[in-house]
Amino acid sequence: MTTAVTSSKAPESPPASPSAPPRRRATRRRLTGAALAAPFAVLLLCTVLVPIGYAFYLSLFTDRLSGLGFDGYRQVFTGFGNYADVLQDPAAHDSVANVARYALIHIPAMFAGALLIALLLDSATVRLRQLWTLAVFLPYAVPGVIAGLIWGYLYSPGIGPVGDALPFDPFGESGVLPSIVNMATWQWMGYNVIIFYTALQTVPRDVLEAARADGASAIRTALSIKVPIIRPTIFVALVFTTIGSLQLFTEPMVLRTFTGTVTSTWTPSLYIYDAAFIRDDYGRAAAASILLALASALLSALVMRLSSRSSR
Amino acid sequence: MSAPTTTPTPAPTRRVPARRRTTERPEPGSRSSRWTSRGAVHGVLLLAALYSVLPLVWLVTSATKSVGDFSSTSAFELADFNLWGNLRDLFAREDGVFLYWIRNSLLYAGLGAVLGALICTACGYAIAKLDFPGRRALFAVTLAGVLVPPTALALPLYLLASELHLVNTFWAVFLPLLTNPFGVYLARTFADAAVPDEVLEAARLDGAGEFRIFLTIALPMMMPGFVTILLFQFVSIWNNFFLPLVMLTDPELFPMTLGIYQWNTRAPQFPDYNPLVITGSLLAVVPLITAFVVLQRQWRSGLSAGSVK
Repeated sequence: MTTAVTSSKAPESPPASPSAPPRRRATRRRLTGAALAAPFAVLLLCTVLVPIGYAFYLSLFTDRLSGLGFDGYRQVFTGFGNYADVLQDPAAHDSVANVARYALIHIPAMFAGALLIALLLDSATVRLRQLWTLAVFLPYAVPGVIAGLIWGYLYSPGIGPVGDALPFDPFGESGVLPSIVNMATWQWMGYNVIIFYTALQTVPRDVLEAARADGASAIRTALSIKVPIIRPTIFVALVFTTIGSLQLFTEPMVLRTFTGTVTSTWTPSLYIYDAAFIRDDYGRAAAASILLALASALLSALVMRLSSRSSR
Repeated sequence: MSAPTTTPTPAPTRRVPARRRTTERPEPGSRSSRWTSRGAVHGVLLLAALYSVLPLVWLVTSATKSVGDFSSTSAFELADFNLWGNLRDLFAREDGVFLYWIRNSLLYAGLGAVLGALICTACGYAIAKLDFPGRRALFAVTLAGVLVPPTALALPLYLLASELHLVNTFWAVFLPLLTNPFGVYLARTFADAAVPDEVLEAARLDGAGEFRIFLTIALPMMMPGFVTILLFQFVSIWNNFFLPLVMLTDPELFPMTLGIYQWNTRAPQFPDYNPLVITGSLLAVVPLITAFVVLQRQWRSGLSAGSVK
């Protein structure tokens, strides 16, 4: 269609000004660009920006029983009252503390494991790389709900071998955190192994050869050459893991069907779910959602800041 | 990936892939230490592989057990083979609602992945290669969108959908899952790396329209990226749990994950749901694992192109 337009108009443009067709072409390029980007832009607007704006609006109101309660609930403007409520709620504090403890164990453990396996796979003598990478990658393909169920059964005393073998109760007060950490680590370690391993493939071979010629051991090479070179990749993975940790939901939600130790407000996401669908307090739930989104953005910004500083 | 292209020769030490062979230096006296370290390397890898695979093995063996054997036999022990019986029960329970769940999962994930990947690829290409007004702003918002966690979005989406009377419909789950800001980011990277400007210029000189250039030239060049986005979007929709949990109340609209979860909440009271939950879980896992095994080459190359940039 567009080609037809050009050919019909081409004779009109005087051959003396060769800038006219490029300009028309630029317009066409702009229109096509906008057309190709439009579907995503509309989706982004409708499913991300407008909901966030709407949630912010709702977070400024609260439902109060009006008068003697005969008129039912009434929406009342509270300003940042819901935010103050969430920030002062002990249950919210506990949920943040749980996620923080979870992240502090899960992230170092998973990254150490994934890096170790990726470095071992990258070492020159490993056979059957494809098989090893596929084996550790498989848990990534398991939906979080299913992973939660599998481990829930494996932890169950009398049913699974894990619960019987462990020296502590994986459903108990102190055992439930390591249980959840293990579920998440099982799911995501292999994914990060692949990311790190592919990044390691790009480490220049002549650098490694030079290191070996200088007598550097394999461990030394890994720590002082390979890891620093793939550090940007590690930081990107860190950003995503941090965001993922903060929104921990599925694993504790599924474990709740196995044990009462996991409370209904165990993580911030569970807190939001509880506020919205159990307590019907949309204002508070909206405020908590906005706070969670802000916290994710701030934490990711912090991690990226650290990464740009350290790669300098 | 590093399939040995060199023919194996009866050398004293095993041949390593060509690109590193030159680094092999004769180290007198170190052969035994190399053997032990190789043993340690494989030991660690074996442990990691067992950790990853054993829970899945448990899933397979448990799916073959009857209710009675499930509670009376130990975890990895094989009992009477009852997989077909379990499958029959699975598809018969509650008027065959599991079939709906399979269909819904395929619909949400399959259609969502194809359509979503196309939308991402088109937008990523436009941002990378075509100058249009608002291009920088769109990319900035997209990057911010990558950082907004889906669980923080689920409740706002629910509130909006209930305002629009879309709650408990197909669209309430399908439309939000189409939006994949990270896919756009990846697609832009792929377009930058895989589509040279000279090729586009040449096509323009030949008189091809911009839209046709995208469809017939750029899209094929971005194929590995397209397949990667498609596969990972498929997985993330297939695995999604929070959004359906929030949006849907009608079991006939549930995806498999939500349906199996709901059955599992009944298992403590009704033990005969246990084999159904486990057999259903197996059916929810098998297609994804098959896809990853079959499409290995694509997603591996796609991931490397995307992650390294």
